[in-house]
Amino acid sequence: MTEDELINSYPHKHLLGIEGLLPTSINFLLKSSNDYVDYLNNKKNGKLDILKNKICINLFFENSTRTRTSFELAGKKLGADMLNISVGTSSIKKGETLIDTAMTLNAMQPDILVVRHHDAGAVKLLSEKVNCGVINAGDGPHEHPTQALLDALTILKRKKKISGLKIAICGDIMHSRVARSNIHLLNTLGAEVRVIAPATLIPKGIESLGVETFYDMKSGLKDVDIIIMLRLQLERMSGSFVPSIREYFRFYGLDREKLNFANPDALILHPGPMNRGVEIDSELADDIDRSAIFEQVQMGVAVRMACLKAIIDHKLKAND
Amino acid sequence: MIKKNNPFNSDKKISKKYLLKNGSIIDVIKNKIIKEDLYIKNKVVEKIGKNLSKIVDEDTEIIDCKNLYISPGLIDMRVNISEPGHEHKETIKSASMSAASGGITSLICMPNTIPPIDQPAIIHSIQRKAREVALSKIFCTGCITRNFKGEEICELHLMKQSGAIGFTDGIKSIENTRVMRRALNYAKSFDGLIIQHAEEHNLSANGVVNESETATRMGLKGIPSYAEPMIVERDLWLVKETKCRYHVNHISTKETVEIIRKAKKLGLPVTCDTSPPYFTLNELSLEDYRTFSKLNPPLRGEEDRLSIIEGICDGTIDAISSDHTPQDQDAKRLPFNQAEFGGVGLETLLSLSLNLVKNKYISVEKLLRLLTVNPAKILNLNSGMINEKSEADISVFNLSKPWKINPELFFGKSKNSPFDGMLVEGKNIMTFVRGRLVYRL
Repeated sequence: MTEDELINSYPHKHLLGIEGLLPTSINFLLKSSNDYVDYLNNKKNGKLDILKNKICINLFFENSTRTRTSFELAGKKLGADMLNISVGTSSIKKGETLIDTAMTLNAMQPDILVVRHHDAGAVKLLSEKVNCGVINAGDGPHEHPTQALLDALTILKRKKKISGLKIAICGDIMHSRVARSNIHLLNTLGAEVRVIAPATLIPKGIESLGVETFYDMKSGLKDVDIIIMLRLQLERMSGSFVPSIREYFRFYGLDREKLNFANPDALILHPGPMNRGVEIDSELADDIDRSAIFEQVQMGVAVRMACLKAIIDHKLKAND
Repeated sequence: MIKKNNPFNSDKKISKKYLLKNGSIIDVIKNKIIKEDLYIKNKVVEKIGKNLSKIVDEDTEIIDCKNLYISPGLIDMRVNISEPGHEHKETIKSASMSAASGGITSLICMPNTIPPIDQPAIIHSIQRKAREVALSKIFCTGCITRNFKGEEICELHLMKQSGAIGFTDGIKSIENTRVMRRALNYAKSFDGLIIQHAEEHNLSANGVVNESETATRMGLKGIPSYAEPMIVERDLWLVKETKCRYHVNHISTKETVEIIRKAKKLGLPVTCDTSPPYFTLNELSLEDYRTFSKLNPPLRGEEDRLSIIEGICDGTIDAISSDHTPQDQDAKRLPFNQAEFGGVGLETLLSLSLNLVKNKYISVEKLLRLLTVNPAKILNLNSGMINEKSEADISVFNLSKPWKINPELFFGKSKNSPFDGMLVEGKNIMTFVRGRLVYRL
């Protein structure tokens, strides 16, 4: 592959994770996403036909509103035929194994499968059994590559760069696929990444992924440019990983006081859905100067358009 | 012996000045005895030096401490106060009087009250009460798990901010290893201290004494001695991983001493304390089914007792606590199996510990470390030593005054001492808390 091709294309059949992607591939996807942001911002622009007559299946084994809708919208903007399959209506409930489901769908000859599954590695397993391209829309606590890309795009839009930024990821690192994908992506692009959480929510050996660990917000947020807050699931808050909601909010919830430890122009990101009053102060979440939470959603569609297109382009090239 | 007129001074308003002359000041940091005067003014140790009589203010009370030792006030790491919940056994006021008479200036209460100390509000309420009525300083520990059930961890960090100096389920071990791991891991986040009462409950269930020949002869159900070290050993795996500060209360067996000695050599952040029964008595004290000798952990064999003394002398054991556990008469005047565990200890802590000095096991200045500066360091308390300008928490004791332990003369509400009738030497004469002379014999 020539250097030119490396810079101007996405060289993989699937998008299963950020880990292992070259900076060039990431930059290519981000650049392509950025073009779509401009496209989406112009209300006069209608549907595109880049994915006309292509079949794209959203296969979600886990509940999702924003990611699924975002992919659906992205596909439709590109002119693809979108199908949604969710757990409630699928044959999984009837006892079919993951591989059988994959084989069945494969027989219908889709062009892209967008898959979310509650088990780490399940999307990769599925990708090995089908002929089409697969995009990982989240597999257990492993990876969520499109979320990391849209976070990166949001940061780029606001800060014009990623390299050299100090970025803190706060909250339930242990159970978060968003954290893992973000750590890989931001490190690959040269940011300085740190994680902040009580020790019960920090998985063993996280430092080897290239992050610095902090147990308190004050030292963790010092000089930080970007704060990525993670959602803490309520069932993890009553005495198992964290004693109570109020204790968590007191020490790890982001409010004005703790925000003051960070740089004065620090930007807040949150992958959603937010628990207001648990990990983030409500008023802060709505402050458009500091929080880019709703911008992220907008970037999400553009990023997913870019990813769908990249996978199709790769397929077309392979067929040539 | 007749009880004297009130030896306590509970008037908190008057702050007098005192000059302690001709005493032997115990310097627990440098491990030596200093023959100098000590001047107490405005709650603090104003000055230490020779012939201070000339420089003190006129209204200073001069106390001759010839042949007396002046030590930092004792810090008792393990006290069951019983208030709130069991005020008929002991109250904050009675416990603090008992402590003051024993030379204890800071006492750390266990969270097994009713309601248990498992949330910040309870700590506030105990502290408010203590400010009103207590003669000595009172610190709280908080539960590790809600209602000490061993399931869900409490709001440890909030409790620490409210004043909890450590966390323990008090009379219970954390049985579930996963919960213990989380507690250590969580407490590590804010440099909290986890304190364990080591007892494998599945092994000790229904047991009332140490499992041994004595138990068999008496027909009592035994608790195997390894029920204690196996929990410590398990916890040390977790401490090794989490690096959280970990303290074991009232250790009683040879094996526990050995395990902790080894762990300390490896550099693990582990500390421990023992209590006077475990280096003073052995299971022979159970004779005649004396329920006052029914303790938890149970009194062990002679070999264990000697190992505990060895641990005290070589520094494996960091502190000596009273393990004060008041029980009313009705809780002890029962068949052995049905009687409650525990003995009172505030008023005998110093004297029984000084026995180790009398028996030439350890020097007085080294022993006092285990009762003052060591617990202060473990608990991050700003006391436990005598320095100029530091708060004057002081015990003045006579090393050779002989007396007979008579619980009827105790100031505490409950009289269940396993040392009833014992002859000892060494007695606390005066206690200062924040520069106030709160007790004088």
